[in-house]
Formats: sequence, C-alpha cells, structure tokens
Amino acid sequence: MADESNGAGVFGSSIRRREDPELITGQAKYTDDLQLSGMVYCTVLRSDYAHAKINGIDASEAEALDGVIAVYTAKDIEASGVPGGIPVGWLLPDMKIPEHYMLAKDTTRYVGDGVAIVVAEDQYTAHDALDLIYVDYDPRDGVADPKKATEDGAPLVHDEAPNNIAFDWEIGDKEQTDAAFANAAHVASLDIVNNRLIPNAMEPRAALADYNSITGELTLYMTTQNPHIHRLLISLASLGLPEHKIRVIAPEVGGGFGSKIHHYADEAIAAWASMQVGRPVKWTATRTETYLTDAHGRDHVTHGELAMDADGRFIGLRVDTYAAMGAYLSTFAPAVPTYLYGTLMSGEYDLPAIHCHVYGVFTHTVPVDAYRGAGRPEATFVVERLVDEAARVSGIDPAEIRRRNFVSPDAFPYQTQVALEYDSGNYEGALDKALEAIGYDDFRKEQAAARDEGRYLGIGLSTYIEACGLAPSAVVGSLGAQAGQWESAVVRVHATGKVTVYSGCSGHGQGHETTYAQIVASALGVPYDDIDVIEGDSGVMPHGWGTYGSRSAATGGSAIASAAEKVVDKARTIAAHLLEAAEEDLEFEDGNFFVKGSPDQAQSLPDVALQAYLAHNLPKGIEPALEATSFYDPANFVFPFGTHIAVVEVCATTGQVDLKRYLAVDDVGNVINPMIVDGQVHGGIAQGVGQSLYETAVYDDGANLLSGTMLDYAVPKAHFLPSFETDRTVTPCPHNPLGVKGVGEAGTIASPAAVVNAVVDALSPFGVNHIDMPVTSEKVWNAMN
Amino acid sequence: MGISIELEVNGASVSKEVEPRLLLAHLLREELGLTGTKIGCDTSQCGSCTILLDGQAVKSCTVLAVQADGSEVTTIEGLANGDYHPMQQAFWDNHGLQCGFCTPGMIISCVDLLNSNPQPSEDEIRHGLEGNLCRCTGYHNIVRAVQAAAETMNG
Repeated sequence: MADESNGAGVFGSSIRRREDPELITGQAKYTDDLQLSGMVYCTVLRSDYAHAKINGIDASEAEALDGVIAVYTAKDIEASGVPGGIPVGWLLPDMKIPEHYMLAKDTTRYVGDGVAIVVAEDQYTAHDALDLIYVDYDPRDGVADPKKATEDGAPLVHDEAPNNIAFDWEIGDKEQTDAAFANAAHVASLDIVNNRLIPNAMEPRAALADYNSITGELTLYMTTQNPHIHRLLISLASLGLPEHKIRVIAPEVGGGFGSKIHHYADEAIAAWASMQVGRPVKWTATRTETYLTDAHGRDHVTHGELAMDADGRFIGLRVDTYAAMGAYLSTFAPAVPTYLYGTLMSGEYDLPAIHCHVYGVFTHTVPVDAYRGAGRPEATFVVERLVDEAARVSGIDPAEIRRRNFVSPDAFPYQTQVALEYDSGNYEGALDKALEAIGYDDFRKEQAAARDEGRYLGIGLSTYIEACGLAPSAVVGSLGAQAGQWESAVVRVHATGKVTVYSGCSGHGQGHETTYAQIVASALGVPYDDIDVIEGDSGVMPHGWGTYGSRSAATGGSAIASAAEKVVDKARTIAAHLLEAAEEDLEFEDGNFFVKGSPDQAQSLPDVALQAYLAHNLPKGIEPALEATSFYDPANFVFPFGTHIAVVEVCATTGQVDLKRYLAVDDVGNVINPMIVDGQVHGGIAQGVGQSLYETAVYDDGANLLSGTMLDYAVPKAHFLPSFETDRTVTPCPHNPLGVKGVGEAGTIASPAAVVNAVVDALSPFGVNHIDMPVTSEKVWNAMN
Repeated sequence: MGISIELEVNGASVSKEVEPRLLLAHLLREELGLTGTKIGCDTSQCGSCTILLDGQAVKSCTVLAVQADGSEVTTIEGLANGDYHPMQQAFWDNHGLQCGFCTPGMIISCVDLLNSNPQPSEDEIRHGLEGNLCRCTGYHNIVRAVQAAAETMNG
C-alpha cells in the first residue's frame, strides 16, 4: 500500500482512497440522510396502467387525513404558472418531441407515470395518503416491444408519432455496403435482442428541496451525477426560476451508472412542492419507484450482417435496429442508440463499408436513456457476436479472424466509415496478452477432451473499443447535443501553499477526491495531503457538465492538469522575479523553482504562494494571489480498448452456465491509480455479466413491468460471480495532457459479448449459433434439446 | 397510541415511545440520527440496512422497532472499538467499496460472517454475503477484504 503523504511520484500509485474513512464508519451523508428544520415529506402517486386516460382524480379523503398538508395534480402545477416541462437535451433531425410534463395531465403512458403528489408531515402519512387518492382511469392497450410498436395498428404512445417512431436515423454508406454484400464470399447474419436493464444504483434517487420565498433562492440537495445540468434544466424547463437563484448540491451519492444523469420529474416536483408549502420538502424513492422511474437501459431489437471475402476479411457490415425510447424522450436518450451506437460499428476492425439504420421507438414503458456504457455495449455486442458468427461461417478460429481484421497499429489515426477518428491503439497487443494469460491453445485441447466426456466448456472473446471522455463540444453540438461537453477546474493555491481543487465533474463512487489530488500533487510537487478536492455543488464551482461517459479522468482530469499548469506558469513568473533570474532559466522540480545548476537557491511553491498573496513585491503586470481556472474542451474522444475473455462450462443436464474464469486486458492509457482502475473494471464486468446471465426487465403484453422489485430482477449477488483476472496494456492518449482515457464503462461494454460468445462456443456441438441474453438455464437447456 | 420501548444502541440506553409499525431502520435513522444504516430497497433484498441485534446480523428494515425492545443494537457507527474495526480497516485497505452506500450493511454482514466462520473459503464468503447487494465493486475486493480481515482477526 502506498504512503498517502508522499507527494513525489504520486501519479500512478495505488493510494488508498481518502473518501473511505467517512464511508466505512457511516459518517458520510447521502441526500436521504439530511434533515432540515421544518422539513416535510413528499410522495408521488404513480399510474398502475401502462396506458390510460384520466377521467378524474378525487383526493378529498387523502386531503382529510391527519398530517397531510396538500395533494397536488398536474392542474395545480399548471395553475402555478411554472413551465412544468421535462425536456430532452439531444435533438435529431425530424425527431418527434412530445410534451413531457412534470405530472401526467390527462393520459398516463407507462406504469409509474406520476399522477398526483402528497405533501405530509411525516413519511408514513405521506405514503398512507397515496392509498386514499382515487383516480378514475380509462385503460387503453399498451405496447412494450420496440419492434411490435412500429407495426400498423399498434397502440400509439403519442398521437403525433405515427407507428410510434420518434426518429429514423442512419449512418454510413448504404449503397457501398450493399455492393460489398453483393460481392461477399461469406455472410454472417444474426437476429439479436439486447435486453432491457434496470440500473439499480444502490442508493435510490432522492431530493431535499429548500425554497426561500423571501430571497427567491432554491437549494436542492439531490442524487445527481451532474449538478449544473440539473440546475440548468430545472431553471429553463421545469420551474422557470433564474439559474443563479438555484443551487444544486450533490451530497454523497450512492452510485449512478447513468441513472442519476437524467432530469426526472420527481426532483423538480419536490422543489415545486417546497415553493408551494414554504417548507423544506424531501422526496425519496422506494426501490420499487426506482424500478418504475429510473431510466432503463438497452432494449434493442436488431438484425445484423457481416460480409467477408474468401479469406475472412470483413468487407461490409449492415445493421438495422429498433431502439426503445420508452414513453417519453429522456434527457440524452436520442443520442444513445445513434451517436453512441452507430458510430461504434467499426469495432476494432478495418471495415471498408458500414451502414447502420436505427428507429427510435416510443413504447408504453419507463423511458430508456444512458446506462453504464450507453450505446457502446449494444454496438459491441452486435459487432462481437457477428465476428464470432463470421468465424463459425468461414471456419476460421475466432482469435485469428479478429487478428486478420484489426486496424493495424501503424494505421492511426484511423478514420472509420462511421464518423469517428480513432486516435491510437494496439489491438493485437491486448489480444496476445489476453490469449497468453488465459492459455488459449491449451484451452482448446481441454475443451475437446471435455466434450469426449460429455462436458461442455466454452471460451468467448470480446475485442472491444469504446469512444468516451465525452466530448469535443463542437462535435457533439453538430450531432444534436443541446449542451457543451467541456469540463471546468479551479486550482487554488492558498497563501500557506495548501491547495483546494474544484471540479465540475461530480463523482459518486469513482474516487475523484483521491485521483484528482494525485494529479495535482504530481503537477505542483506539493504533498498529496496538502490538497483538497471539492465537487458537486453548483453554488461553489464554475459550470461543469458532470460525471458520465467515462469522462472524469480524460476531460475533468485534463481540466485540472491545465489549471495546474497555469498556476505553475504564473508561479514561475513570480519566482523568477524573486530570484532575479530570467524565467527561461528556471527549472521546476518537486515543487521548487531554481536557476539551472543552483537548486540550493530555490523558491518553493508555498514561498511563491505567500508572496503572491502578500503582493508586496510582484513583477509588473502580475495580479496578486495564485490560482487558475481552466475550461478544457477535448480535441477528440478517447478510445480505450482491450480483449476480454470468458470461460464457461454449461451443464448438459440443467443448462446452467458456470462462469469459470473472466479475464480482462484493458488499455485505458496512462493510469492515475491502478487500484481504482481495477475496481472500475471489476464493477463494470459485474454489470455486463449481470446482463448476459441474470438481469432483464420483463414487460408483459399489456406493458406491465413484471420485474418490478429486487425479488424479480436479478441484481448479481457475490456468489453469482467469480473473482476477475485483470491486466493492462498502456497506449497513452495522444491528445490530452495526462495521456489518460476512461475506464468506468469498459467492463460493461466488453463483457456481455465475451460471456455469450463463450456460451455459444460451448454449445457449438448442438448447432447453436446464437442465444439471447440473459442466458438462463432454461434458454440453454431448450437450445441443447 | 405509542408503545414504550427501551433498548441499548451502540452502548447507550434509549427510551422511546414509538408507533407500533415503525421500522427499526427508521427509528435508527430518523429518530436517533444514526444515518449510517441505509435503506436501499423495500423487499429485504439489498442488505444496506443490516445491523447487529443482540450480536446477530439482521435487516433493520424488516424488524419493527417494538421488536427490538430490550435488545442491544450495534450499527456501523458503534462497530469500532477505536478508530476502525478490523473489517472497516480491511475494506479501506482492499478498496472494498466505491460509492459506499451498501458498505455499512456489508461490513456488518461480514463481521457476522466471521463471527460464525472465522476462516471462510472464498466460496463460503460469497455465499455468506448473499443477503447483501453491491452494484459497484463486483464483490471482487469485498472478498479480498473479508479474507484480509479474517487474517487480522485470527492473528
């Protein structure tokens, strides 16, 4: 274990997290842990019907209940004059954008759609009162399957979207791709369902709103990955309060995985309720409410085809996808199955022709939006499943066919056919390392011997790439984003040489307080323990865009590095003045400025900081104090890659899949803290394995959510998973100051394909070439029999 | 219609008049300010609310406060005898937590596991924690932490 007080060489070491003492002792405060004087509680009545007209709402009994302060419906919100909207933040051409109001006005469109709210003195009463509100529903047919929803005659979610199509989007060259298929020697073809997932951050969403009617200021503590985005959307679309009168604070946040990016109705409802009752209002989701309201993930129905020449070289890829949007367009939902999906279809391969067509489809379900990986797991699953099918069809080993088609290490920067320019990579390097570690050749022998004994072993590769470090603002703007994606940082050196760092990112388990301090300790040469990191408060730091899309190191960390560099530049000017030397003659090493060859006559950074604050003797034109702000806009995405390998044994009697080994070789560029990077990989793999073997959101034909509790939705338990084997190659990102990429989503992106490829490999004696996730024993047994 | 209860929480005597339906988890969090105990679900699946009741790990969202009358309760805030309990230390040293929300309940369950099985195998650890969900770590480093704590506590 590294010494936490050591400032030198701290970048790259496995320092224990400084966040942990509060967390392991129960002292850390999450949103629901907070209490304010005079606080009352808010609950939301949710539709039991996937699709219904609301004929009327009778809340009189609820209002009469002792302890109930008020019951409100959409009519009350409308009457208050606030905009009341829950907007979408990513626009695609010709996209249908139906109204999404804070509560359903006259129609409910999914089970969970908010209908009325209760404000009460205590939380038990607030829940009791929900049972006393009578809603006269006129139920209608609903539809949950994104492909069936587009059929003629399917129930419409919104009248203005015929066939429930929200958008019709494509990327790549159709003509060129069709021509490639016309000349193909082999074609791999698969129908693939990417199962709908429920994020399940362990902390349910919550909000504590405190509106001060005298000052007009709203303080909103909430479970958010991006306080400034929430402030912006609540100001512009939901409540109409001036942005500078809203302060959004993220206390400790218990996981997100995307589900706490989005702007939902409930947090705005709590804030609006506080404005009505003049007291602080707390809303905390029950777990069932998180299942009914947290944006779900995935839910694609896809047909994909991969064309090869006679040597197994890929010559064309064709993909058609129906992607569920759910009942409304959530914050970033339209971007997920388009610019985070279609653009990843080249995988790690030199693919000369690609065409991807996507329908975004309204269904009577919980809205779908970014969930860990967001589009990239779906793309990787399509590509990597097709590559394995291509290996089967062409008779080439799965490792060999990948090697044969990789973008070669000397081809970077590599322009794909689907908009992205990969900046760097060495795909074969990661593959070789993984194959050696798993013992690939020996495994094939073991597999053959086992089959002779009636045991079915399988191995699955997933050679993935992702585009993350979101994102170059001009690029995402041109693609429809209604937001920038740069990041902010302030590095403030105090008069005593202690440092406070502010970031616009907003961690919720990633360990930013540790890793950001590591960046600054190395950049400024000050002791790690002399650096504090603060984030997650829109009232304290400059505007930032938050934490998601594996952006906090590549974009947030780079902002910090840039600000630190500005601090050093200013300190150098002051040090040169104090040393009566020319700036260009100064060295900066371990926090000391000195003239080359004279390290004993040094000005330390704290010395310089003190002089900067005293300002008695500064060079001409230099302002007092020592701090810098950076707004860092990345030049490109970053492109982590790697090879993941799963080894499974399938029980011939029960169809049970035993995940025997899971190995990941990832290349995330330079590593700030190896322990934290490994932890991110572990967690990512667990969620991807969860999708492939256990988890799925199930809707019945009437669009009722059947998997609405943790009893019905299989969040992986400890004994569902093996220990993981992790290793790395290091190909630094060439375009950011730290050479870092991103790691938060890699495991989730790579692992579903590795596991399913392994199961299909195990089942190859049975002629099985695909099996949909989750790969349950029932599905496997049916496939074998 | 309150019911009087007396119990010992982290070594301190507590007397309260409570609603019969009040959950122990809510008594601890809302009335005693011991918010280290978390509530992560409503079906007793997640284990975030795990505490020690008379030395046994229980899910405090599934125990009525009145059922704890006359009992000794230990929450995460009262676990350590000193700065950190060896299990807390092991979670820190082995990066056994990320967002930290499941951690108090997970640590309590791990303590209970070692109380009944001081030298568990990896398989026994994984099965022993089946009442506690973690969404961040993939359990890999939680298993390492329990192994490390077992070594410390047996040493």
